Amino acid sequence: MKSLNIMIVGVGGQGTLLTSRIIGKTALNAGLDVKMSEVHGMAQRGGSVVTFVRFSEKVYEPVVEVGDVDVLISFERLEALRYSHYVKKDGLIIVNDCRIDPMTVVIGASEYPKNIICELEKEHNVKVVDGLSIAKEIGFPKVLNTVVLGFSAKQIGFELNDWLNVLENTVPQKTIELNKKAFMAGYNK
Amino acid sequence: MKEKIIMLGNEAIARGIYEAGVKVSSAYPGTPSTEISEKLAKFNEVYTEWAPNEKVALEVAIGASIAGVRSFACMKHVGLNVASDPLYTFAYTGVNGGSVIVVADDPGLASSQNEQDTRMIARSAHIPVLEPSDSMEAKEFVKIGYELSEKYDTPVILRTTTKLAHSQGVVELCDRVEVEDKTYARDVKKYVMMPASAIGRHLVVEDREKRLKADCSNFEINKVEMLDTKIGIITSGIPYQYVKEACPNASVLKLGMVNPLPESLIKDFASKVDVLYVVEELEPVIEEQVKSWGIKAIGKEIFTLQGEYNANMIRKAILGVENVSFDAKQTPVRPPILCPGCPHRSVFSVLKKLKVHASGDIGCYTLGAVAPLGVIDTTVCMGASISMLHGMEKACGKEFIKDKVAVIGDSTFLHTGVNSLINMVYNKSTATVIILDNRTTGMTGHQEHAATGKTLKGEETYAIDLKVLCQSIGVPNVVEVNSFDVKTLEKTVKECLAGHVLSVIIAKAPCALLKGLKFNKFCKIDTEKCKKCGMCLSIGCPAITKKDDGTVVIDDTMCNGCGLCLNYCKFSAIEKVGR
Repeated sequence: MKSLNIMIVGVGGQGTLLTSRIIGKTALNAGLDVKMSEVHGMAQRGGSVVTFVRFSEKVYEPVVEVGDVDVLISFERLEALRYSHYVKKDGLIIVNDCRIDPMTVVIGASEYPKNIICELEKEHNVKVVDGLSIAKEIGFPKVLNTVVLGFSAKQIGFELNDWLNVLENTVPQKTIELNKKAFMAGYNK
Repeated sequence: MKEKIIMLGNEAIARGIYEAGVKVSSAYPGTPSTEISEKLAKFNEVYTEWAPNEKVALEVAIGASIAGVRSFACMKHVGLNVASDPLYTFAYTGVNGGSVIVVADDPGLASSQNEQDTRMIARSAHIPVLEPSDSMEAKEFVKIGYELSEKYDTPVILRTTTKLAHSQGVVELCDRVEVEDKTYARDVKKYVMMPASAIGRHLVVEDREKRLKADCSNFEINKVEMLDTKIGIITSGIPYQYVKEACPNASVLKLGMVNPLPESLIKDFASKVDVLYVVEELEPVIEEQVKSWGIKAIGKEIFTLQGEYNANMIRKAILGVENVSFDAKQTPVRPPILCPGCPHRSVFSVLKKLKVHASGDIGCYTLGAVAPLGVIDTTVCMGASISMLHGMEKACGKEFIKDKVAVIGDSTFLHTGVNSLINMVYNKSTATVIILDNRTTGMTGHQEHAATGKTLKGEETYAIDLKVLCQSIGVPNVVEVNSFDVKTLEKTVKECLAGHVLSVIIAKAPCALLKGLKFNKFCKIDTEKCKKCGMCLSIGCPAITKKDDGTVVIDDTMCNGCGLCLNYCKFSAIEKVGR
């Protein structure tokens, strides 16, 4: 039976919640026990946000412990670095190739780390996706999180149709076709 | 087969309330409890409302209960402080229709000002407390709560924590049970808590707690999982999940009811294991009681009073085993910040320019305390900005507050700020109060309130006019200003601070995240004109960043075109352009 610990990180407002919910529902439809943990409230306001998705035959805690993450999906480079120590030795890090400066960097109190991807590759298996460019190619920069989801879905597994079914039932009616297009663009990358 | 879906803990609680046949619910938003009311509002069978504060919400629930229906109120942990007055006496009156109160604690301070433990308040109020450990239990425990409430004639608290409230798990849905309304009967000895009646009710409270203590050893929600007897662990709520993950072979006594405790069940469990641990987040509520019965146990000697627990921490403390992991990398912190286009930023930029500091309050605007805005000096609790500024004036005189204001949001002002303002009027304050009126309850995720003109269910209603309200209680100088009109705002703040009477400035502009707002413009920097002076960066807008080569740019996908930065560019290098 499939069992996976997924951690999704990014900057508040990047749409990490929708991503985790679609992954969770897909796992539930595959007959697995699922737990997820989310961040609401003040931390959402442009801060560093973390969500977890766990699925297995039986899941106890809704979070994943440091050192136990199989797949880390990061919507931003610095956030991938911040949480990379959560990932297992043989785990995978998926990074959306995007930089958002934290306020500490904007005001000059700290520096945005250089060569993050190279740093990550020293210890981990890393796959980079440029969600924004792909989303712009299909004409809608706002669906970049669905592009990243599609890219990640290929790595996570499950049948393509199962993913698309959940996507269809989760996103707003008017945006189904667009989201499917974005998902496939990421999936086939 | 029953339908299985994934649900947020808070959504599962709302579902439980619906299934329990509850008819009336009242609440004030507060992380991590807010989503309960929002989800509950979708059920037509349940009357659901936002109250101006938690005290009002609980009193509504008490009234509904005495009238004969199942009632509900919910709040975050600090909200229970506000509702404590009715709570303690609700324990005396007991219920007619069952009543459950959800109180959400926040160990780890995801979005709160302290880490208090609701079980401590419940113990002193003599109110039973249930504590579920996942979404499915959350839904079922709500229904058990109503049964216990009616059986023992008591309000029941269902305690959650952030991790339970905001995690999702698989839930099986049940149908709603329509509960027959109880008859309303005048009963002075039970419902009029004057001394003569309350003396009698106090005895009832004590007797009820004794019965509950005796009975709860047999409650199914307190359950023993007997495995290896070398280690025995007493736990409840979310920590149960961490314990199962960390020590899968240990014997566990999982408490579904954490007040009162099942003494005989605990004694029996303790006698069967070699070493007994108590694993509970925050205060040693279970541990101290267990130890008071002469049972040897290990608790806060090896566990912290602070924050959220996790399996790694428990594994290390009990088994001495550490998880193998990479070291955390050094990274710049990313604290939460005010959003692009936030009207609070505009007001704070003016205060910063005038070197005026603020007595702050609870809301997104608390973020005005940190760099680069850094204008808020104090934050304690809802409504305190106004009363604390008043205290400062009375302590050190008018001159002392000539560079100080109070800042408070519209929803927070209606919560408890208005009482503080009445005190200022009554006691001859000369202070300046700024109401940051963004037309919503912002930080908890945009809830309606008494001045927005909409109810929780989305119906049109009377919108309290804050200006008229302030004038009617006697504030001599009330001025409304558009938050983004920095010139007028600056002039107004200066005039109010120089004046000799109490002033309220209502700084109005909607929260940039409000639904229905359209942003057709964004700001753009002309690199020819830009001198890279960094003045625009000093307002702390996340859409404005400096590239490695020193060029300052505005991210057009983040910018909402509020135009605040235009006011701070001396070289007219920023312009608003259409999308």
